[in-house]
Amino acid sequence: MVKEIERAGIPVVHVCTIVPISLTVGANRIVPAVAIPHPLGNPALAREEEKNLRRRLVMKALRALQTEVEEQTVFAN
Amino acid sequence: MEKKKVRIVHYLNQFFGQIGGEEKADVPPMAKEGAVGPGLALQQALGQEGEVVATVICGDTYFAEHLEEAKAEVVRLIAQYDPDVVVAGPAFNAGRYGTACGAVAQGVWETLKKPVVSGMYPENPGVELYGRYAYIIKTGNSAGAMRQAVGPMAQLAVKLGRGEAVGSPEEEGYIPRGIRKNVFCSERGSKRAVDMLVRKLRGEPFTTEYPMPVFDRVPPNPAVKDLARAKIALVTSGGIVPKGNPDKIESSSASKFGKYDIAGLADLTGETHQTAHGGYDPVYANEDPDRVLPVDVMRELEKEGVIGELHRFYYATVGNGTSVANARRYAQAIAAELKQDGVQAVILTST
Repeated sequence: MVKEIERAGIPVVHVCTIVPISLTVGANRIVPAVAIPHPLGNPALAREEEKNLRRRLVMKALRALQTEVEEQTVFAN
Repeated sequence: MEKKKVRIVHYLNQFFGQIGGEEKADVPPMAKEGAVGPGLALQQALGQEGEVVATVICGDTYFAEHLEEAKAEVVRLIAQYDPDVVVAGPAFNAGRYGTACGAVAQGVWETLKKPVVSGMYPENPGVELYGRYAYIIKTGNSAGAMRQAVGPMAQLAVKLGRGEAVGSPEEEGYIPRGIRKNVFCSERGSKRAVDMLVRKLRGEPFTTEYPMPVFDRVPPNPAVKDLARAKIALVTSGGIVPKGNPDKIESSSASKFGKYDIAGLADLTGETHQTAHGGYDPVYANEDPDRVLPVDVMRELEKEGVIGELHRFYYATVGNGTSVANARRYAQAIAAELKQDGVQAVILTST
């Protein structure tokens, strides 16, 4: 899906837990997520902390969208 | 024991059917008794096992421009000779011819319920379009490979014509059709896997039992220049849907995607949304769907002016055993709408 959206000319960032799959399907901007059942959350954290975590991940995704890339790039930090 | 000769009808284009070259590519379908052109080589390979009773010929351009009519007429002509099996081509890497052979296979299989053998170069578009309707022997990319193609085609045609079991793609030389077949092995899976791993570690050749599909690549688009003015959409394969799953998106092998309005919505909760995904523990997503589709944070960022706008619709499907072909189709439809709505970037979340 990521690839078809990219192919249509819209930059897309893939926030996903299983990075190797994302690399295999051909996502160009990849942000590793937390866990399969809660990629943008962590139920072990307090509500406020969890939201901060999510916000950091979304900010990272937005940064990825603002970054020029030449090839598949995993934004790990 | 004397076996009955397998009756074969052979489909050819105008060139191999010896009508003429490109200038004759617009001839409509016709039938001839017996074998023609490559059919003679096919007959020779068949020996006493089978007989090419007739040849149906159609111009490639005619077929391409009158697809449905041509297919119906070719099938009608083939049916007159009551074949046990139909052979189409080989078409090598000829696109129109391969597509015609594939369409003939589809028509024969669906209308006459008879098996079809063809021969094509793996990249012939006929393989992807119609591969599931025929056993397509893998050939070289030009007619120079005729001799190598005809033998395996004849052999497979005889088997199919007699209703005998067909071996694996490697054994028979046909292009894998994407069909999984259960087989019994003398050694159990764990041992086979470890043996394979050991061979891999030693740098020895090994054959996987489950080849991964080949994926193509799309070059990255330019980055978003002005985030504070950009309209950004959320898309997910994690199955987040409004409570009650109004579109009944399936928990696996989803047959559709959903488009949902989140205008004015600041937060997804267990009251408003849920996951339809059957491939992960749904407890956390059902408790707080923002854990999969971060609407709450996106809304905050919109309010703070970090992003220009959160697109008022999000799109969701369930990426659980969903075929690549379907996922591609859904995303093409989604992307077309997003473009039309002036969306400049997408955050796609996957579980």
